[in-house]
Amino acid sequence: MTTNTATMTGPVGHGADHDAPGLHALGFWLYLMTDLIVFSGLFSTYVVLAPNTASGPSARELFHLPEVFFETMLLLTSSVVFGYASLAFAAGKKGVGLAGLVLTFLLGLGFIHMELGEFHRLLLAGAGPDRSGFLSAFFTLVGTHGAHVAVGLLWLAVMMGQIVTKGLTVPVRSRLARLGMFWHFLDIIWIGLFTVVYLRGVMS
Amino acid sequence: MSQTHASGDNAVRAGSGSFRTYTLGFVLSLVLTVIPFALVMTGALPSGATLWCLYAAAVIQIVVHLHYFLHLDRSSGMDWNMLSLLFTFFIMFLFIGGSLWIMYSLHSRM
Repeated sequence: MTTNTATMTGPVGHGADHDAPGLHALGFWLYLMTDLIVFSGLFSTYVVLAPNTASGPSARELFHLPEVFFETMLLLTSSVVFGYASLAFAAGKKGVGLAGLVLTFLLGLGFIHMELGEFHRLLLAGAGPDRSGFLSAFFTLVGTHGAHVAVGLLWLAVMMGQIVTKGLTVPVRSRLARLGMFWHFLDIIWIGLFTVVYLRGVMS
Repeated sequence: MSQTHASGDNAVRAGSGSFRTYTLGFVLSLVLTVIPFALVMTGALPSGATLWCLYAAAVIQIVVHLHYFLHLDRSSGMDWNMLSLLFTFFIMFLFIGGSLWIMYSLHSRM
């Protein structure tokens, strides 16, 4: 209900800055909604092009489900660790929260490492984005998600720096809350990815 | 005074979960991830049934994430978040549904 106050009083005038966190969170949420539409386009493209393997390797031959399961675990764990970290910050336990962010960062880095490893393996097997419509759509969709995670890692690093140098000020907490929204959002996109691209791909 | 209000507001946002709810969300997500992977890797069910289970598990897990990690609920503070999400779902339905509908026969026409 406090967010509501912020939305109501925010645009009215000079006092807006003080209620900014709630309004900023809503604005960032709207950005996430537009990002969801970007991913909708990439998902539709992938589903339409997935059968077009141009006599090249198919999803079943290329994807390793245990690898994908491990990637999923890394991202899911990083998401819940971020949640624990934000609880620690809310309780004023800066050290615990920072440790949580470091762990989140490492788990996210592990995810990116595994994804790049998979891309590398596909490229070496001659299954690059230029091989077929299926692979073009695959690299675009999964790569766009990976690029988002990489940006999230950069943002995490910046936030750790700000917490150390500026402390848990109101703007820093507000940015941290938005980073949390971004990070959890990426995990939601990944649910769609492992279901539609990997699990469904291996079945077909 | 407004300053303390803002930080209080923020603390509420950041802390609108608890250790218990985050852990519950994590465990539910874990189960909803293991089920589809196990179904596909063991081939326990016929493929049609497996597909439906995959999609059901994904949709439920997305709801779990929205509720336990993004704290989306039907409280009045979340009105605009919920409304914009539902509107986006509508756009996605047109976008993805329309693309698939029109392009469904692409493969057979090429």
